[in-house]
Amino acid sequence: MAKYCELFVTFFKIGTFTIGGGYAMIPLIQREVVGRRHWLSDTEMLDAIALSQTMPGILAANIAAIVGQRLRGVKGALVAVLGNILMPILFIILIAALFSRFKDIPAVQHIFMGIRPAVVALIAAPVFNLARKAGVTLRTVWIPLLAALLIWLLGISPVLVILIALAAGWTYSKLIDKTAKENGPNQLNLKL
Amino acid sequence: MILFELFYTFLIIGLFTFGGGYSMIALIQSAVVDHHAWLTTQEFADILAISQITPGPVGINTATYAGYSAVIAEGYPTVVAVAGAVVASLAVLILPLTLILIVGRWLLKHKDQAPFDTIFKGLRLTVIGLIAAAALSLVPTAFSPTPTGTVTIFNLQLSIFNVIIFAAVFFLSLRKKASPILLILLSGLVGFLIY
Repeated sequence: MAKYCELFVTFFKIGTFTIGGGYAMIPLIQREVVGRRHWLSDTEMLDAIALSQTMPGILAANIAAIVGQRLRGVKGALVAVLGNILMPILFIILIAALFSRFKDIPAVQHIFMGIRPAVVALIAAPVFNLARKAGVTLRTVWIPLLAALLIWLLGISPVLVILIALAAGWTYSKLIDKTAKENGPNQLNLKL
Repeated sequence: MILFELFYTFLIIGLFTFGGGYSMIALIQSAVVDHHAWLTTQEFADILAISQITPGPVGINTATYAGYSAVIAEGYPTVVAVAGAVVASLAVLILPLTLILIVGRWLLKHKDQAPFDTIFKGLRLTVIGLIAAAALSLVPTAFSPTPTGTVTIFNLQLSIFNVIIFAAVFFLSLRKKASPILLILLSGLVGFLIY
């Protein structure tokens, strides 16, 4: 029981005191889980982060689930995740209830006129960061471009685009498996 | 019933969110603004701003807020909206967590082998396009004419100040790694002062 409390409190703290989500949370999670509590070793933590980035879902919640599962199985995972998201959910509900009363005040309108272009910039900037991290080259740049155009211009659902990407990746992998078996899997270049 | 619709919508969003909060934003926008028309683009942009300056993962915050606002937009009382916020936030987590708990350990061993290495590389590239599309579709709202300083370029009426704010925030975020909270608060201050 004490372990569940510890798990809950640790991830409650992490969820409450980080603004900006996943990548902002990682250093704090590492400090708490590896440094202070010694629940996971450094390598296990890096594995947990790598897996969380691979799996669908929210990075921070995924890491919380892996750590919780490691310590106390499925129940531990649930406790850690709930601890992580409790405060953010309560906080947003409070803000949402308050904001609906203030949003028609002219001053608030003006503030948000200034904020909206900033929001677009904050979503556009990660596009370039992610492109650099994913190692986009002239040979692969058509993939994000095509995805963006399909969604933005043709109004195709992003869910469908992801499904196509999954199917295409799988098919491509099967094709190169046949043609280039002697290569190690990590030397393969993507060119659908 | 709106709560069931929310549950199903956010369940699917969770399953297809690869690569973190920003791709979840793209999926939520597509479902909540384009598909269901629960929110306008402008309302969604404001939700995003608030989700980035409050504690917690941006994906969860956006899901919570979008769930709340969708219920209000459909004309239900606040109590139902609170339920909607909770339903959306939990629904988005269910499938990813189930997957992690069941196949997590196995996938950790195999994710760098065929066919997963190729699939995940393809997904990482695709998700960049998803996020770019989300940013592009917010552009008309973000640059729409403001009380002062509107300029007409070709047939487009743009707010000149907002173009400047965009350029400044984009540069500071990408090159200087400035904190999103600081950038949003500063932009709000600029908006308050010039409009």
